[in-house]
Amino acid sequence: MSKKTLIPIGPYHPLQEEPELFKLYCDGEIVKDIKWETGYNHRGIEKLSESKTYEQVFFLVERICGICSTSHPFAFANAVEEIADIELTNRAKYIRSIIGELERIHSHLLWVGLAGHFLGYNTVFMWAWKYREPVLDLFEMISGNRNSYAMFKVGGVRRDIENTKIPVIRQVLGDVKKKIDLLAGAVMDDPVIHARTKGVGILTRQDIIDYGAVGPTARASGLAIDVRKDDPYAAYPLVNWKVITAEAGDVFAKAEVRLLEMYESISIIEQCLEGLKKEKEGDIAIKVKEIPEGIGNGRAEAPRGEVFHFVQSDGSNSPARHKIRAPSYVNIATFKKSCIGQTIADATISLAAVDPCYCCTERMAAAYDLNSGDKIMNANELINASVKRTNEIKKTINSQL
Amino acid sequence: MGFKNYCFKKSLWVFHFGGASCNNCDIEILDCLTPRHDLERFGILLVGSIRHADVLLVNGSINIRDKERLIEIYNQAPKPIKVVAIGACGCTGGLFTESYTFAGPVDKIIPVDAYVPGCPPKPEAIIAGIVKLVGTL
Repeated sequence: MSKKTLIPIGPYHPLQEEPELFKLYCDGEIVKDIKWETGYNHRGIEKLSESKTYEQVFFLVERICGICSTSHPFAFANAVEEIADIELTNRAKYIRSIIGELERIHSHLLWVGLAGHFLGYNTVFMWAWKYREPVLDLFEMISGNRNSYAMFKVGGVRRDIENTKIPVIRQVLGDVKKKIDLLAGAVMDDPVIHARTKGVGILTRQDIIDYGAVGPTARASGLAIDVRKDDPYAAYPLVNWKVITAEAGDVFAKAEVRLLEMYESISIIEQCLEGLKKEKEGDIAIKVKEIPEGIGNGRAEAPRGEVFHFVQSDGSNSPARHKIRAPSYVNIATFKKSCIGQTIADATISLAAVDPCYCCTERMAAAYDLNSGDKIMNANELINASVKRTNEIKKTINSQL
Repeated sequence: MGFKNYCFKKSLWVFHFGGASCNNCDIEILDCLTPRHDLERFGILLVGSIRHADVLLVNGSINIRDKERLIEIYNQAPKPIKVVAIGACGCTGGLFTESYTFAGPVDKIIPVDAYVPGCPPKPEAIIAGIVKLVGTL
């Protein structure tokens, strides 16, 4: 009888979007099945939202996820503004888009670092996180906080980006762009990274449609879905940009899409800053007296895909029903396709490629089940397996040169 | 100063427990280890097992499902262990106190030695918290 190994990933990880428990069932090196459990991070946000006023809900939805903490207020604002039929001022639209795109840059940089860490390139991890800091400094300058910005409200934004700050933002973006060039060069030209990520964790176009995956995961498989284009909101219709796609659907394609999206984001921000100059300073919000009865659907493109908020209003000052769908939740289902049949070492990076990343601080200890002979591996062993594989490939490639 | 406290003066090894959090505190904790702040130069290391740790960092509100696991991890920890509650949710429960899944702030479940408030606290604040904790020994 072959021994089946159970590898639990989670439930608690400092870098997972939603703490979840993944169970990889392996036969030898090959992943045979994957299961997941959720609910460790259940905070009852939808219910809490019904007890808060529209103004307060923004602070609540911002705390659904720390990395994409603008996308949820963005989608909620879109939903409420659909109910009340509010048209924003141009300045508010530009500021919203700037915040959304800055967030995309810092989130993608974070992902590049983590992907490097999983492949055994800790230098990439340290670099990417170092170059992410100036973006967080920009947030601190604009909003006063590094992560939860509290910039949104119904009818506009809370704080202005004064014209005097525009040159500073420009300069930082220029620096970040150079660093992304450096990272892209280091990542895209490395033969070892090519060997580790090309052809690994492939999701075909049909898989994406079947599983309903969104965001960079879908775009890497040649499906050009992007809420910013498909259902334009904020300043996205006012600027020129294109949806980045790749065809291969493997981990390399996902990295490529994310790296190129950062350039697109920088270009969007620069056009928005240009637009800001033309608008009157301080013209950032319109007064909203009441939210009428009705239902609203709000969508926004988070760094990980489409965020969807449904809000039902009964005319009072708080939502009667608030439903939230986050992108990671749908993307996780694709693991059934991308991980099964792969080796454990490759499953690590396939899981990370979707960006509900998991990292080194795993809580489970290695243990053997005496009755079934199941072995439970911990994350360090998992990462070591991945690092070992990279080193082997490095050796082969070096010997060929 | 006792022998055990003397040992705490050097190379604190940290274990991180993220409850039902929004990830912000988790990321800021990791940020402390990256080049801008680089806590590793003081010998502070994030470890993968509570059995190796001197300090337990807890962040996020604790929900019903997390509670047992937090107690289990605290019981597994080698004593003496210092517990630091990070962020508004770790200190008080923050925004999620009214939630039906909320199982009490961290200090109602396990003893807490230091609190770092903020949503999320900046890496500087986390470092200051740890320095103050070391100062009390």
